[in-house]
Amino acid sequence: MDLTYTEEERDFRARLRTWLGKTLPELPAKPSPDDWPGRRAYDLGWQRRLYDAGYAGLHWPVDAGGRGATPTQHLIFLEETERAGAPYVGANFVGLLHAGPTIAAEGTAGQRARWLPPVLRGDEVWCQGFSEPDAGSDLASLRTRAVRDGDDYVITGSKIWTSHAEVADWCELLVRTDPAAAKHRGISWLAMPMDAPGVTIRPLRTLAGSTEFAEVFLDEVRVPVANRVGAENDGWRVTMVTLSFERGTAFVGEVVACRRTLAELARTARANGRWDDPVLRRKLGRLYGEFGALWRLTQWNVSESERSGGVPGTGGSVFKLAYSHARQELYDTAAEVLGAGSLSLDEEWVLDRLSSLSYTIAAGTSQIQRNIVAERILGLPKGR
Amino acid sequence: MDFQLTRDQRDLRAGVRDLLAGRFGREALRAAVDSGTAVDRGLWRELGAAGFFALRLPEAEGGVGLGLPEAVLVFEEAGRALLPGPLVATHLAAGVVPGAAAGTAVVTALDLGERGGPLVSYLAEADAVLGAPLLPSGEPVRSADPLTPLHRVAGDLRGDVSEHRDAGALLTAALQLGSALRTVELAVRYAGEREQFGQPIGAFQAVKHLCAGMLVRAEVARTAVYAAAVTADPGEIAAAKLLADGAAVRGARDCLQVYGGMGFTWEADVHLHLKRAWVRAEQWVTAAEAEERLAAELLAADPAEADPAAGGLSRIAADADAP
Ligand SMILES: Cc1cc2nc3c(=O)[nH]c(=O)nc-3n(C[C@H](O)[C@H](O)[C@H](O)COP(=O)(O)OP(=O)(O)OC[C@H]3O[C@@H](n4cnc5c(N)ncnc54)[C@H](O)[C@@H]3O)c2cc1C
Repeated sequence: MDLTYTEEERDFRARLRTWLGKTLPELPAKPSPDDWPGRRAYDLGWQRRLYDAGYAGLHWPVDAGGRGATPTQHLIFLEETERAGAPYVGANFVGLLHAGPTIAAEGTAGQRARWLPPVLRGDEVWCQGFSEPDAGSDLASLRTRAVRDGDDYVITGSKIWTSHAEVADWCELLVRTDPAAAKHRGISWLAMPMDAPGVTIRPLRTLAGSTEFAEVFLDEVRVPVANRVGAENDGWRVTMVTLSFERGTAFVGEVVACRRTLAELARTARANGRWDDPVLRRKLGRLYGEFGALWRLTQWNVSESERSGGVPGTGGSVFKLAYSHARQELYDTAAEVLGAGSLSLDEEWVLDRLSSLSYTIAAGTSQIQRNIVAERILGLPKGR
Repeated sequence: MDFQLTRDQRDLRAGVRDLLAGRFGREALRAAVDSGTAVDRGLWRELGAAGFFALRLPEAEGGVGLGLPEAVLVFEEAGRALLPGPLVATHLAAGVVPGAAAGTAVVTALDLGERGGPLVSYLAEADAVLGAPLLPSGEPVRSADPLTPLHRVAGDLRGDVSEHRDAGALLTAALQLGSALRTVELAVRYAGEREQFGQPIGAFQAVKHLCAGMLVRAEVARTAVYAAAVTADPGEIAAAKLLADGAAVRGARDCLQVYGGMGFTWEADVHLHLKRAWVRAEQWVTAAEAEERLAAELLAADPAEADPAAGGLSRIAADADAP
């Protein structure tokens, strides 16, 4: 067990830190959360800078246009960018963390050449069209249909909670290509252009008041068969590949951010006298210990995936369960520290408190994660 | 960075597991409970011979010359097996109290909280108290844990353990971790075997989710304990103890729930895990002490790492400062 970084890793960190110190002051001002075109431009502008500096797709395989960095280097990258307060992937989330890795792993050479470079360069944004109104946790029961017509699929149905749909160029879309097959069997994974005729986007307001996600209606949308990644009706397996990436390293930077938030919270409590309340103080101490442990768990998982050749394991579910609950407790504790100050939406962290509510729902609810842990890690029998 | 067990560490852990399975398996555990034999001197010497106590003593002083990470792995196994006796105190006494390293002496410590008068574990079994000049006398107390006899010691009690507090807390956390991982195994095995309503109870989601929660707490505690062993950082040790205490105590309780009525019997081992976990939670560093230590560290944490642009909290802090 070794927690020290190699000389090479330390060098990498130092160079990155220097680059961040130089680059971050040059960034334009952050757009307001409601300014969608502004956010897209801001996030892609950041991606472009990463690309030009050679940091785009750091951990992607070299033949997919990435840098082939080790999981540890990727970890350092996420840690340092968060420390420095750099923008996160933002609108590029799905492209970089789901669709890209999936296409890199399962796509043909032509598909990789078509879709991967624009993600890395920050030219194209992807969204994820998995969930449907009647298919959330039970994703495999999805009903959006794709019927073959010559070289196209003709798609009809609807998707919901599609994050960033309004600014996306492409959608990783799950469709049913064989309605007669068992529900996990008849699904295919397609890349759908969001500007195709028949695609209608209706923004949904979140509880935070923002339009973070949308409903997407599909009315006889034609998508070339060539846009299918993986074999027809083999989309469920491809999806499992996607989801393992989703749960892999998605929250690394956030653990760092939570520790920073806690430090600010302690100073606030000290300034407003709440620190003298031993119950609250100990709660903060406990959270500090928990986030420290979650950071170590991240390092453990990364080291494990480094030994096993870069594949994220089921440990991601263990992490997501612990992290999503700790994060919600952090913001609830912040509200205790701030009292009535926690009621103003002008405070950015109050929005963070609201958004933390999605962590036990999005990307697989805590209940579903517990099923995964119980069945796939602990080997308990499936319910009938 | 390679935060995984080395081959040697894996081998060490497997070796200790085998040793304990052979020498202190379930039957030996139950026999010890039935006879009330908390410390078996023969076993103690065998542990000594196997290097259990001398593990971190330099080779020049007759020790094994290994470090905290290895000690943690060994204590994790002891916790899994519910091995009784003042293991941590004797380990800490190696090189200090004659005979401790070899397991010919049994050494206890004043490691329990002071509420209601100082309680000492294994006093009647001990040859020495770590850091204390004499073996004090005391009144026996009916102990919650059948294999941790307790005495209440009257009068002026000396035995400074402050220099051992961190190592003691970490090794105790490792014992808790072993127990927590063991209760996950017990619960999962029982849930797969016991049938109700025509199927294994483990197919019921309410039971599954109890087990998953146990594993999550144990895994978070595990990395905390291992990392603290590598860094030996006092804050990380406090966090490791806190999380391992929680994983062991709650793990045993959830395991008991999975066992149902069987879990409430003397027959099942679950109560032994729970009671030992309660004892250990009071040893070296309690939850309240750990949280206070972490809170102090948090307050001292470098705010320069904070992103000034994020600002929400700092702005409120500034408001609070204003008259
Ligand atoms: C902020 C946010 C962003 C999102 N972004 C996207 C996106 O970009 N693309 C996309 O495709 N989807 C997205 N989603 C959707 C998300 O994946 C689903 O909300 C999630 O999978 C849960 O599905 P559901 O909402 O239909 O809840 P349901 O499945 O209806 O679940 C409701 C409740 O029932 C419980 N439940 C359901 N099934 C079980 C079971 N088998 N056992 C125990 N409990 C169960 C759940 O845990 C939950 O508590 C997003 C969601 C949020 C909140």
